[in-house]
This record gives sequence, structure tokens and C-alpha cells, in this order.
Amino acid sequence: MMNNKYLIPVSAAAALLPTFALAQDAAAPGFDEIGPYIMTTLLFLVGGFLVFWMAAGFAMLEAGLVRSKNVTMQLTKNIALFALAGIMYWLVGFNLMYPGDFNGYFAFNFVPTVLEPVGLAAADASLDYASVASDFFFQLMFVAATASIVSGVLAERIKLWPFLFFVLILTGIFYPISGSWQWGGGWLSEMGFSDFAGSTIVHSVGGWAALAGALILGPRLGKYKDGRVNPMPGSNLALATLGTFILWLGWFGFNGGSQLAAGTVGDITDVGRIFANTNMAASAGAVAALILTQILYKKVDLTMVLNGCLAGLVSITAEPLAPSMFGALWIGAVGGVIVVFAVPFLDKLKIDDVVGAIPVHLFAGIWGTIAVVFYNSDASLVTQLIGIAAYGIFTFVASAILWFILKATVGIRVSEEAEIAGLDMAELGMEAYPEFHRG
Amino acid sequence: MKLIIATIKPFKLEEVREALTDAGVRGLMVTEIKGFGAQSGHTEIYRGAEYVVNFVPKVKLELVVADSVADQMVEVITKTAQTGKIGDGKIFVLDVEQAVRVRTGETGEDAI
Repeated sequence: MMNNKYLIPVSAAAALLPTFALAQDAAAPGFDEIGPYIMTTLLFLVGGFLVFWMAAGFAMLEAGLVRSKNVTMQLTKNIALFALAGIMYWLVGFNLMYPGDFNGYFAFNFVPTVLEPVGLAAADASLDYASVASDFFFQLMFVAATASIVSGVLAERIKLWPFLFFVLILTGIFYPISGSWQWGGGWLSEMGFSDFAGSTIVHSVGGWAALAGALILGPRLGKYKDGRVNPMPGSNLALATLGTFILWLGWFGFNGGSQLAAGTVGDITDVGRIFANTNMAASAGAVAALILTQILYKKVDLTMVLNGCLAGLVSITAEPLAPSMFGALWIGAVGGVIVVFAVPFLDKLKIDDVVGAIPVHLFAGIWGTIAVVFYNSDASLVTQLIGIAAYGIFTFVASAILWFILKATVGIRVSEEAEIAGLDMAELGMEAYPEFHRG
Repeated sequence: MKLIIATIKPFKLEEVREALTDAGVRGLMVTEIKGFGAQSGHTEIYRGAEYVVNFVPKVKLELVVADSVADQMVEVITKTAQTGKIGDGKIFVLDVEQAVRVRTGETGEDAI
């Protein structure tokens, strides 16, 4: 109350300021007009560099879960795939995925992304959205996540260059085409499919591409012998844990940025709500795996807890906004449970997934997409299932064809000798831990 | 002179070293080894897959002592390394023909 006599004149002056500005330059819009554009652009930039950081998370997780003789190769694949995705998404991906008006299935829009001119005038900006550059930057980080999922599953036995060629096509063509069906305003979006930040569009797509690769590539030598599963423990669980925490951090940008708007009280509050729900799902997934491995195996398995945490995150990604905190908790916890049962299940089928990415990204992604219907009354189970099936069939078939072509032409698997010696020395001639020799 | 080779549980190493030093031993060779005996491995679970650990980690001690104290040292090791549970290890005693101290050229019991 005491401050009132100062506040009134100040706010009165502030109210007058735009009028003065307008008097000088009739074209300059007030903050009410450009504020939302600035805030949303900022959301994309902050969200984008958080999702960028997930590339580091994937790299560390995978480096930790492969054996030490394959660490350099895994790191090489991770930085190479991220860099290639960045170029391909500019060259064709972005405009293929966000073509504007199109037939809803496939946009014949093979043009590179063009940014706004330097020093864009407010009158020329899309004030109802955000800058094209920030949008491109943000969306690009998602496609890189999809490619990272593939590298983890196929680790320790795939050749470098055929893998990178697959990444080119996945990030430049496959992902943008299927992505346009929903996020580009295509047929699934018309139908009412709901996938907020990409449980299906990003995570399951990576999982399907990886599953096709794992089936065609085959398991690592000695992984399944005489009806037994032969575990191949990862080289560094400290790195794997760091990678998981980095992914967890990046996910706030992944889900929060997918609000795609921050210019109103409602929008920015929703972003906060998404952050809180995302964190809850990760916690619940980790705790579920923690308790379940203790009960099932009498000892906690850290690698499962890490996978459980990530599965919780994938599960909430399709609908991080609508659920209550309790909703995020149980949706994430189911994700953690899925992982603990799916990892040995894949081993039974002799599908060798080195880092557990298929349970985490594909299975929990499917679960998360189904779970949308519990809290989002606009979503229907049938449409969700149609979406899941459409992404699954398209990505699995397209990827399988590409993997077969690569296998038949250049070959996708290293020689037996190279696999036993480790890809670090055989393919790169460089070890990650050169001073760790025994004896 | 006798060579005493003892395989013991790794967590007992410090205790055994202390007991041997107290008993007058001035030299000891230690190697981390893996092997199997009556304990013959055990099972562990990694990512839901049960696997057999065929070789159990042990520590191998080697010490050369005078004939007169060999039995005493064996007893010290046995008493200190014992837990009463399976996998406590084994001790072997062998005759030693000669010992040489490299620095001085001393031989026999003077060298140990």
C-alpha cells in the first residue's frame, strides 16, 4: 500500500510509452504484438540446446554400455550421426517434414531450409509463431535423437560407413516423411492422433529402425550360445549413469519445448507443468526398475534402473501436459516395469540390443502413446493404435529394405576377427583406453 | 627352505599380511588370481540373464621361509584367513633348492 503513490505514476508513464513510440514510427509494433513471438523463439532456442545435449547423453550411455574394445567406435558413430543429421535435416528433412499444405502423406518438397534475413523487421516476422531458424534448430535436435537410438542397438558389430549411410536416409527421408503425417499437418493429425513430443514419432521410429537392423544384422558373436544368454557387461557404468542424467536434463527441453508456444500465461505455465510431469515420470520409471530388479533378481541392477528412468521419460513424452503429477508417476512407473520384462524377453527372441534401446524407446514409446487416452479426452484409443501401427509398419519396412540393400551390396557386419578384436582397433586403429592393457 | 603358496579370499589379504609380519616374515609376493576349487563358481544376473561365474577371484601369496618356521607360518595363514565358509582357499608347501639376494649375492637362508 505504501508504494502506491510511486507505482501509479510509473505505470501510467509505461502505458504512455508505446503511444510515444507509435507517434514517432507508425510501423513499430508494441510488446503485446511481438512479445509472444520473442518468448516462443526463446523457448525453441533454450529447448533446442537442451535437446542438443541429449546427444552427449546418448554418447555417454552407449560408451558406458559397450565393452571397452568398442568405445572409440561408439563415440565416433555418435558424433558422426549427429553431424550428418544436422546437414541432412537442412538439406531436405525440415521442409519435407513441415511442407505447409500437402497431400498429407508425402510432400514433394525437396528444398533446403532457408533462414530469415539478417535483422528481420517485425512486420515481416510470423508474429503468431516463432522464428524459422529457431524452429528449424529445435526440430533438428529431435531427428538426431532418433538416429542415436539406432546406434545403441546395433553397437559392437556394425560397420561404420554402412551405418552412417543408413543415418543419412533415416534423418533426411524416412523420419521427415513419417513426421509430416502428424507434426507437418498430415493425415494422422487430421485423424486426431495425439503425440505431444514424440513417444511414437521420435522414439518408436528410432526403435523400429533399430529393430529392423538388429534382426538383419544378427546378435553379437557368442551372445546366445547353446540356448543360454551370455551377458557382455558394459565397460563403464559411471559414464552410462552420467549419460542417463544428461538425457534426463535434455528431456525438459524435449517435452517442454514441444509446447511450441510461450507467449501467454497459459502457455508458459503449461511449460512449467510439463517440466514437473517429465521429472516425475523419470523418477517413477527409475524407482519401478529399482524395486522390481531387487524383487526379481535379489540384487538391484543399475543398468536396468538407468533404462527404467529413460523408459519413464519416453512414456510421458506423448502426453506430458494433461496428466496430474500422480498420472505422470504411474505412467512413468509402467514404463520402468516394461523395461525390466522386455530386456530378457528380447534375449529370449535372440534379438541383441546392446543398450536396451528397443525396450526403452520402442516398447515404452508405444505404451506412452496409448497412455495419452487416460488424461487427454480428445484422444481416442483406436486413432492412437492406428498411429502406432502406421509409424511401425512404415519405418520397419522402409528400414528393413534399406538394411537389406546395404547388406547385399557393401555388407553391414564386420568380420568375425574384427568383432573379436574389437571395432576400435579393427576399424579405427585407435583405442578409447590405450593404457588399460592387462599385465 | 620352504616355499609356501597360499590362495586366500581377497578381503583377508590385509589381515594375513599383518599376521605374517608380526610373526617375522620379511618378504611376500602377492598376485591377484582367478580360479575354482570346491566352491566351483556361482551364478550372477546381468540385465535379466543368469550367468555362471566359473572362476572366483582369489589372492595368491608366495613366501619363502626357513624350514624351522614353515609350519608356524602355515598355521598363521590358516588361522587368519579362515572364515569357515566354502572358498577359504588352499595352502601348498614346496621345497626350495636355492635362494639368492640379487644385491649382495648372499645365498640360502641368509638371502630370504
